[in-house]
Amino acid sequence: MNVFDWIVQLVGIALAVAAAPVLVGWVNQCRAWLQNKSAPSILLPYRGIRKLFHKDAVIAENASRLFRLAPYVVFGTMLTAAAVIPSIATRLPFTQAADAIALVGLLATARVFLSLAAMDVGTAFGTLGARREMMIGFLAEPALLVVIFVVSLTCATTALPVIAERLSAQSFTLNPSLAFTAVAFTMVLLAENARIPVDNPATHLELTMVHEALLLEYSARHLALMEWAAALKLFNYACIGVAVFVPWGIATSHAPWSLAVSIVLLSVKLLCAGAGLALIETLSAKLRVFRAPEFLATAFLFAVLGLLVRLLLGD
Amino acid sequence: MKALPWDLQLLNTLAALLLLLSFAMLSQRRIVSLVNLLAMQGALLCIATLLLAWRTGSHHLYVSAALTLGLKVIFLPWLLHRLIRRLGVYWDTEPLLNIAGTMMVGVLVVIFAFGLAQPISALASTATRNSIGIAVAVILIAFLTMITRRKAMSQVVGFLSMENGLFFGAMSATYGMPMVVELGVALDVLVAMLVLGVFFFQIREQFDSLDLKHFESLKEEQ
Repeated sequence: MNVFDWIVQLVGIALAVAAAPVLVGWVNQCRAWLQNKSAPSILLPYRGIRKLFHKDAVIAENASRLFRLAPYVVFGTMLTAAAVIPSIATRLPFTQAADAIALVGLLATARVFLSLAAMDVGTAFGTLGARREMMIGFLAEPALLVVIFVVSLTCATTALPVIAERLSAQSFTLNPSLAFTAVAFTMVLLAENARIPVDNPATHLELTMVHEALLLEYSARHLALMEWAAALKLFNYACIGVAVFVPWGIATSHAPWSLAVSIVLLSVKLLCAGAGLALIETLSAKLRVFRAPEFLATAFLFAVLGLLVRLLLGD
Repeated sequence: MKALPWDLQLLNTLAALLLLLSFAMLSQRRIVSLVNLLAMQGALLCIATLLLAWRTGSHHLYVSAALTLGLKVIFLPWLLHRLIRRLGVYWDTEPLLNIAGTMMVGVLVVIFAFGLAQPISALASTATRNSIGIAVAVILIAFLTMITRRKAMSQVVGFLSMENGLFFGAMSATYGMPMVVELGVALDVLVAMLVLGVFFFQIREQFDSLDLKHFESLKEEQ
């Protein structure tokens, strides 16, 4: 590990943190275009975060220390996850520190703190949101794990950077098991990031909100951190998807040229992913909360089918 | 790893999609969509047959592909849609088990089917022998579809889907059945469908519904 590796790693993290709100802005912009609305600026999430940082925080009287701590923990875990995921290069110090299963655990930590903080103040909406979040989480996690198992079986490792390297070295083949897991992963991404079939990120409608209900008691810098963390979560999930399912072009060495190509390719892939996400959100209607388990069971089914087909048909 | 030739890759993908469609049928609540899914399954089967015919150069597979196209993609779905319109049954009742539960049972069935097919695939010498497990799974899932439904219509669709699975199994195990058997089966399915179509009207006239649970109380009504 030389100094240059660490510099690339830090640049990668900084890029993730900086690009996450832009990705959210891009998705919102695409969605507005698709719905024939005039689109907000792509930098709108940034402006929102800056505005929130300039405000004074109001905290409920009976909030415990956990409530104040949670935004930093959630943001911190998302930051760590961003460091672990091989987004621009595979041979980085942090990406080799944790494998995909540890990454799922990291994301679960964030969810636990988010839900605990929402229940901490004791308002009805916070508790409701926390319960729904945990329900979605506990159904989405097995699906995500099975997705990871399928990919691990294909590459004989659970380390994400090695998976990305092996898959990008392989020539293109029609692989039904990877296709199924890609669908499963997309469904998990939608559910975990509070996207439309499961939750609507654009409204505060009491009966249906999940993610917004969790953040209802937060204000100012805490809210800013939470929103930033949510953007980072979307970015992380998109990067996992890119690393596993379309890894072509990721930098396996640290030549400046390949890094530059990798960054450009990653941005193109993320732009496509964002547009696709906006398309999915526009085309689908929000499910009733009680239909969410069915949605996630389908995701699990896709992942398990991927696993079984992979075991039966081989490569 | 060694990459498969592209036509085999495509065949494997088609097999996987066939299994996926079976699951879609298992989870479908609307009869109209169920029939459409059946037609799609037939279309996939037709493409797979054509591909296999091209790969192996056996001409009788072209005939069975044409038969599949005519019967399972065009005629039977058309007939079923007409029956649905004339009977006015667009919805099935909720399946006996909830959807998520049925799907999980379906996954277990697939595991069972794959285990069951393993020795058969080991004995077969065709290039598509790995798909035998998928064919068995399609058959068993179709069976499960029939078990979990109450309405006569969806049971018939399940029955037809089972026939699709059998056809695919024969195809992947021995590159298709002999022509005579295939023609016979096609005729059987056709006649069964026509007879069942008449049956539907009789059942409805007798019980005012296509719900098969009325059959259970037949004896007590005398």
